[in-house]
Amino acid sequence: MLTEDMRLIIDKARETGWILEPDAKRLLALTGLTVPDFGLAATASEAVAAAQRIGYPVAAKVVSAKILHKSEAGGVAVGVPNASHLTDIFGKFSALEGFAGLLVEEMLPGSELIVGAKVDFQFGPVILLGIGGTGVEIYRDTVIRMAPVTEKDVQAMLAGLKGARLLQGYRGAEPISVPELIRLMLAFSALVMDLENDIESIDLNPVKCTGSRCVVADARIMLRGF
Amino acid sequence: MDYRPLLNPETIAVVGVSLTNDRHPANVIYNKILLRYPVKVYPVNPRGGMLQRDRVYEDISRIPTKIDLAVVAARAEFVPDILASCIQNGVGGAIVISGGFAEIGRRDLQDRLVELARAAEFPFIGPNCLGIYAPSRFDTFFLPGERLVRPEPGTVAMVSQSGGVLVDQMVKFAEQGVGLSLAVSIGNKALIREVDLLEYLATDDGTRVIAFYVEGFAQNEGRRFVRTAARLSKPIIVLKAGKTVEGRRAVSSHTASLAGDYRVFSEVMAQHGIVEAQDEFELASFCESLSCYQTAVGDRVGIISVSGGHGALASDVCIARGLTLPRLSEQTRQQIRDNLSPSVRPIASLENPIDLTGSAVDEDFVAAANGLCSSPEVDAVILLLLPYSPGISMDLGARLSYVLRREGKPLVAYVPHQEKYRMLIEGFELNNVPVAASIEGAVLMVEAIRRCKTC
Repeated sequence: MLTEDMRLIIDKARETGWILEPDAKRLLALTGLTVPDFGLAATASEAVAAAQRIGYPVAAKVVSAKILHKSEAGGVAVGVPNASHLTDIFGKFSALEGFAGLLVEEMLPGSELIVGAKVDFQFGPVILLGIGGTGVEIYRDTVIRMAPVTEKDVQAMLAGLKGARLLQGYRGAEPISVPELIRLMLAFSALVMDLENDIESIDLNPVKCTGSRCVVADARIMLRGF
Repeated sequence: MDYRPLLNPETIAVVGVSLTNDRHPANVIYNKILLRYPVKVYPVNPRGGMLQRDRVYEDISRIPTKIDLAVVAARAEFVPDILASCIQNGVGGAIVISGGFAEIGRRDLQDRLVELARAAEFPFIGPNCLGIYAPSRFDTFFLPGERLVRPEPGTVAMVSQSGGVLVDQMVKFAEQGVGLSLAVSIGNKALIREVDLLEYLATDDGTRVIAFYVEGFAQNEGRRFVRTAARLSKPIIVLKAGKTVEGRRAVSSHTASLAGDYRVFSEVMAQHGIVEAQDEFELASFCESLSCYQTAVGDRVGIISVSGGHGALASDVCIARGLTLPRLSEQTRQQIRDNLSPSVRPIASLENPIDLTGSAVDEDFVAAANGLCSSPEVDAVILLLLPYSPGISMDLGARLSYVLRREGKPLVAYVPHQEKYRMLIEGFELNNVPVAASIEGAVLMVEAIRRCKTC
């Protein structure tokens, strides 16, 4: 069920047509999904203060209603090591179109997944799970299920990925926590069912999964009629 | 709505027969029903008169018996009044053959039919369709009987948005020996849609397998369809057209781009245990196989052949389709070897695929089939029978079918579909063993059983 706070976030974004990343993450956190420790900075000194609290290195991302794809616009920096770098980045990103702040986030380890949703014309809400990152549309290693999904569905989805072995501890890597992924998928599926009439599609990409948690590192929520 | 009179009529009125043109669709339908089917049929035309030596009724109301089904093949603008008259006179249902509705932009005319029908709980199929083909009961296809390739009565029901595809699929079914319980062309599907027939066919005792040719569903209709399908215990097979047609909406997220219309369709079907056929050849193979076997199996296949090449070709198709060919244990091989005829025993290869060689006789097939069917190492058995081989008799089909009946493990045969091998083929088919006309078809039949989750 959507709470009043969640409803407010969605209504605020109607004019833009999509929910800006900090708000999208607040919405996801309210439904029980794990998001990175983050701070939204309007000035360089606020950015540095946030980074100090979170601990270096950090990720820094531009927040702008004009920039839907941040990487393509040159609005993402990862592994920022210290305050002087962060101050430089703030200066550079603040020149981007529609700059509304800098998102400072903890750096997350783990395997990259994409978790998505779309309201399909014929079938209504569907959920997608795949190998994530910036190459998703190149590798196209994804599995789709009609929502709501069950625990069994999530397990079948994982097994259906070509890259499933990459997540199971391939060549000494840490296997991802399947129970945590299931928890994320079930909470996300419930949210998508609640948002059926509000959204067009959602990308959680990447979701960073380790042996202990799955964290939504980036989120884009496209509203209906965008 | 009660579909029974519409789908099982004893009395039919054909509305729109011509008094002057024997080739008018309504006349073709009237004549074939009159001459070929065990139902009473009445011609209707507002002008009355005589058709051949029968009275033409001016209106449904003039017919002295209660009509179960009205077949309407009159001009589109007359159809609303005809349906109203059907409703008024207690007709059970209608098939509107006529075109000239939504498909040419007359959505208004079509909506009037739907309003009338909904208000009166009056079921109708169409408009713009061929209607129904029910083997040896009745059919409303306006195609002369002698031009149709007519499948035998059987247990497969097929529902198609396109009449042309349905008729063509019937040719494939007839070639493949797939029997039909009912074939329905739903045309513009103004009132009765895929999901309605799915619900009806689920309760129809004569139908064991339900197949659909789908072009697309209305908004959220796909969700209702798969939800209904998942509740049923009968296998459902779907062939989708328009796989490459995508919506023209601009795509702004990765998910929207990755989850295109067809991918969603295909994966949601699989999620709900519906077997999707890629083409009409797969559809016919899947239908035949699932009309014989409805118990889910694993992916381990055993192959029996008299030619190493056939075994190798079949293996390749199995692997490409995600099936596996386990190695047979020494125990299984020994059991088969002990029962082979003396001339075959030293030369047969009992690896999987088993190659009995061109010297094999019926008993060798029975020995190999017995061995594989009773072994826990394989889930299904494919027999590649080459009747050119002189040791194979025409009785082998029936004999091998008894092995299946005893062991209960799916057995699928490949026999070249030539008239001279008909007895061999029927020996299988009449005993509920599906026979493919190609090696690939035989593998597809096993794949269907493996993929059918509702089985």
